[in-house]
Amino acid sequence: MIETLFPNGPWHYLAGGLLIGSAIGALYLLAGLVGGLSTFFSASLSWVSRLPALQQAKLLDSRSWRLAYAAGLILGGALFAATLGHFGASTRVPPWLMLVGGLLIGLGARLSDGCTAGHGICGLASLRWPSLVAVITFLSTAIVVAQLAAHFGVLP
Amino acid sequence: MSRLLIALLCGVVFGFGLSLATMTQPEVVLAFLRFQDLGLLLVLGGAVIVALLAYQIGPRLLARPLAGAFFEQRQAPFSRRTVIGAAIFGAGWGLCGVCPGPAIAGLGLGNLDMLWALAGIFIGAWLQARFFGSSDAQAR
Repeated sequence: MIETLFPNGPWHYLAGGLLIGSAIGALYLLAGLVGGLSTFFSASLSWVSRLPALQQAKLLDSRSWRLAYAAGLILGGALFAATLGHFGASTRVPPWLMLVGGLLIGLGARLSDGCTAGHGICGLASLRWPSLVAVITFLSTAIVVAQLAAHFGVLP
Repeated sequence: MSRLLIALLCGVVFGFGLSLATMTQPEVVLAFLRFQDLGLLLVLGGAVIVALLAYQIGPRLLARPLAGAFFEQRQAPFSRRTVIGAAIFGAGWGLCGVCPGPAIAGLGLGNLDMLWALAGIFIGAWLQARFFGSSDAQAR
């Protein structure tokens, strides 16, 4: 049963999830900050674009810590590679699909005001029903799209 | 401790957790979306349970964060955009198996393919600000 549901075992998933929750929980308890990630992209664009929507106070006020947070994520990945993993991971997903997928991810997450972290973890932890609706929506859409893409051979 | 340092350190733990949970490998996320490996549910469930405790108990026990001024709240109210945006996000996630956190953390693992996804996310965020940003206030 366990092998069928989790062919690679369940424990690293659970441990990783607990670490992710601890990071988001600690950021809240220590600094009072809600640690979603999609806002990082808009907040960082505020350094280089003068679009009014990118010059909102909520982006300007948070762009510094969001940049530090993102730098931490890169360091965390590197720390894992240096200890338990290895450097030089790659993916079989082709670059054009990463670019197109990324564009939809950035556009959609900013429209919806949250991503897997913002809605999926912070929003659910805040017991906000709009986030629950968003999570159900993006999970369903992603499942349909991934299955169709596999069916039509778009994906490896 | 300054909030920059707190954000940096929490980011390190977040990035390490994403890597340990192999969420930085698009193939693992795509396997979940195709029901071949349900591990992502354990990642999300584990993360939500811990974050839920912090979010719900923290403000009841503490007048303010241990090293901050006040507890931020997620503010964005519900609108059509919440659902339409989530559907667009889901389509992108289902196409490439990447989401914002793993795209950033994957760079630390030396996965330079993630630069394509990151470029796409920046372009998408810019498009949102350019074409849907000005009506933010009215639409909500």
